[in-house]
Amino acid sequence: MEEARVLSGEHEEHTSTGLPTTKIAMWIFLSSECLLFGALISTYLLYRGRSTVGPYPHDVFDIPYTSVSSFVLLFSSLTMVLSLSALQRGEIRRFRIWTLTTALLGVTFIGGQIYEFATFAKEGLKLNTNLFGSTFFTLTGFHGAHVTVGILMLLTLVGLSFLGKLPKEKALGVEMVGLYWHFVDIVWIIIFTVIYLIPDPSSGQVTFS
Amino acid sequence: MSTAAMPNQRSGGLFRRPTATGGVWGWIVTVDHKKIGILYGATALIFLIVGGFEAMLIRAQLAQPNGQVLDAATYNQMFTMHGLTMIFLVVMPLGAAFTNYLVPLMIGTRDVAFPRLNALSYWIFLFGGIFLYSSFVLGGAPNGGWFGYAPNSVATAGDNMSFYAIGLIILGIASTVSAVNLAVTIINMRAPGMTLMRMPVFIWMTLVVQFLLIFALPVITIALVELLFDRQFGTFFFDAGHGADPILWQHLFWLFGHPEVYILVLPAMGIVSEILPVFSRRPLFGYAFIVFSGIAIGFMGWGVWAHHMFTDGLGPVANSAFAITTMFIAVPTGVKIFNWLGTLWKGDIRFPTPMLFAIGFVALFVIGGLSGVTHAVVPSDYQQHDTYYVVAHFHYVLFGGAIFGLFGGVYYWFPKAFGRLLNEKLGKIHFWLFFIGMNLTFGPFHLLGMQGMPRRIYTYPAGHGWDFMNMVATVGALLMAVGMAVFTWNVIATFRKPKDAGNDPWDARTLEWTTSSPPPEYNFEEVPVVHSLDEFWYRKYAHSKDGELVPVQSGASDAAAKGSYGGGHAGDHGEGADADHGGGHGIHLPSPSYWPIVAAAGLPLIGYGILYGWWMAFLGGAIMIVGLYGWVLEPSVEE
Amino acid sequence: MMRQEPEKTKPPAPVAEEEGSGVGTPLRAREHTETHHPGPKQYVTIAAILGLITAAEVGVYYVESLRDLLVFLLLGMMVVKFALVVLWFMHVRFDNPGYGRIFATGLALAATVYVIVLLTFGVFS
Repeated sequence: MEEARVLSGEHEEHTSTGLPTTKIAMWIFLSSECLLFGALISTYLLYRGRSTVGPYPHDVFDIPYTSVSSFVLLFSSLTMVLSLSALQRGEIRRFRIWTLTTALLGVTFIGGQIYEFATFAKEGLKLNTNLFGSTFFTLTGFHGAHVTVGILMLLTLVGLSFLGKLPKEKALGVEMVGLYWHFVDIVWIIIFTVIYLIPDPSSGQVTFS
Repeated sequence: MSTAAMPNQRSGGLFRRPTATGGVWGWIVTVDHKKIGILYGATALIFLIVGGFEAMLIRAQLAQPNGQVLDAATYNQMFTMHGLTMIFLVVMPLGAAFTNYLVPLMIGTRDVAFPRLNALSYWIFLFGGIFLYSSFVLGGAPNGGWFGYAPNSVATAGDNMSFYAIGLIILGIASTVSAVNLAVTIINMRAPGMTLMRMPVFIWMTLVVQFLLIFALPVITIALVELLFDRQFGTFFFDAGHGADPILWQHLFWLFGHPEVYILVLPAMGIVSEILPVFSRRPLFGYAFIVFSGIAIGFMGWGVWAHHMFTDGLGPVANSAFAITTMFIAVPTGVKIFNWLGTLWKGDIRFPTPMLFAIGFVALFVIGGLSGVTHAVVPSDYQQHDTYYVVAHFHYVLFGGAIFGLFGGVYYWFPKAFGRLLNEKLGKIHFWLFFIGMNLTFGPFHLLGMQGMPRRIYTYPAGHGWDFMNMVATVGALLMAVGMAVFTWNVIATFRKPKDAGNDPWDARTLEWTTSSPPPEYNFEEVPVVHSLDEFWYRKYAHSKDGELVPVQSGASDAAAKGSYGGGHAGDHGEGADADHGGGHGIHLPSPSYWPIVAAAGLPLIGYGILYGWWMAFLGGAIMIVGLYGWVLEPSVEE
Repeated sequence: MMRQEPEKTKPPAPVAEEEGSGVGTPLRAREHTETHHPGPKQYVTIAAILGLITAAEVGVYYVESLRDLLVFLLLGMMVVKFALVVLWFMHVRFDNPGYGRIFATGLALAATVYVIVLLTFGVFS
């Protein structure tokens, strides 16, 4: 059984593909998440420009501010990859530092989002204000929830490492968290471009035509 | 005889790690796929009785015009819960029961990839079903139809449809988790030599189903979230007055809903593909065609969803496109039908109960498929939509199809799981009651639909010419109820008999029949090595020069009786050289665990919290997190 | 009477026990022997490129003369960033192709069905 290789460290059993079961499972899960976020993004796209009342995207979006958030999340993918590399080379201290950094960058991102949403709320945009609020907050909320789960997983990895339960041989678990983290990053890549940057029809700017 | 390595006690959690494998506690902490399969099956059959009871109430109400049995509000709850129960709490978990029980046995391994995850999905399913049913005493059960069309589902007063949204989200989590688990098990844990094209058809169909679940459930999850948010948090996802479009609900729902119907029927098709060859004593005709048809159905099932929306006004282009794709999807199923018939052709056919249900499946599914093809013709569908004609169609494919196939599976694998054969006489009575009953109930529905009787009405006036057929339909339902009673009695009586079925009571073809009945906890003494499709069959039989089937000498049945296959095939040098020698040296089985049920318990609490108070949701979340952390910190196998 | 059994009087030779011996399965074992494992320097380079593209995205957003091309440019840059993260950070470029295929399946399915849904609403017209 290929169960929970983060902890079990069992001897390699026969697999039909020669690949680790956990990794196949994670990729299948991430594949399914495309359908999840696709539905939320499509809902947003469908309803873009259809709010009957404001505030509208161009009223509230602060592109420079959100760009900084985007850089933070992108950079966290780099630190994640460095964290995995470190553990695979057996550099436990470095692994802990990079993992903690990734988690901190994630926290920064979430903090940035919370501040952003609070500002929007002050400017009159809430979940139940209009269609834009509904679709925007639900989509970014789901994304933020995924980031938060990722942060918890990263901190758990650091904790396990300090408990001595995460040696180099168990790097596969870190790889799994890494895949999840990068996926959350690419969802944001899409959100930032499609929701923030591509102008909204109600602003009188370019549409899809 | 080897013994499973017994785990030592350990206090990672607050309580010591369970070691029990017997008694009620043993079932609660089990991670054994066979026990989990049985849990799924038993729970599903109980829900079948409940859903059947709801059906009986519906039929009692509709037996005559101006029925007084149920008022409109109650009727709406009955038909909604009947649909939800049968789909999500009966057919899907029955499929899961077989999948869980059989996959490791048929592919020659000891358990699924993630045994605790497997337990988790069962408990989430059970708690989700209980959550859904608790609505009856908490203000009223869902009443907007199983399809929950917006804006009605948003606007209805009371918590009914919130229970619908939350309940289905919870059930969806159970199925998603299970699907990932089983998919990787099939992909990665097959016995040595079992290539993809040597897998039993049931395994292939199961693999397709897992991927359908994995990709379809997220879509309905978002639909349900949007519905829930509209209801609870004042969002406008389906509010036309604020710029939205309720048709979005239909798209998201049916993007899930159509693959869902293949999720419901493919396991039954897999079961039928196992049963027909055994009782015709012939290999499955066109194995590769059946496999590829199943895969094709999996893909094509994604291209037809808007055939549920022909009358929405999507326009002629959309309607034509989906009409064409819908017509095409009949083809792979047709291929399967002909291959099943080809299996029967010139076979040495016996007709025990499993075979009756399997053949019944083929006949009844064809009828349901034919009415389905008439739906593909858009102008025709305009007449059929929202009438009893549709109800006829899906009951033929779901009852005559899925349920018949699943019951065939129950009769076929009951001896393997429980060591006793179900009584044949009672089985045949059950079959005929179901067969006659369902045709009496759902046959007339075609006519009622053509005569204009709408769906989802709680009563109808006299004088439409519908009275007689409705009465006939109700009588048919009574027959089916009696059939269920006969089956239930059969099960109870059979458990009183001794376990005398033997390893291979049907003279079957696949690996699960090489083990004892029931199998030992570790499934196989030694992991089998597979050399061909229908591996077990070719260990038992070879061909003489005239093509006659000849039993292979050297005690095939002796070896099977020992719970392993010690080799007896003509060209085989036995398993010594190349089998996994787990036997006798402490097979390491995954240890039982209470964390899955703990983690699962958090979910319904979160659900109640959304409705009644955030403190409950946080408590549920905390329980779930504690459960998950306990799980992560616990090794899967205690050394 | 001739039965329609396929020729199966002799089984094929027992399959040798080798790592990843799933004969006929598309995923083969290469997992731990890959030689092109990007080092930190490559990763930092990729990250720098990602940063530059993001800056370009934001920049293009503000350039008036590119307004007509804005959507295409932004989508193009988004796709490039997506690909970079998937191929390098998620290691798809260096791993067994099976993983990429699994992910691509979900991605393609999502893109296809959701675009069709949006088409029926006339979003693109």
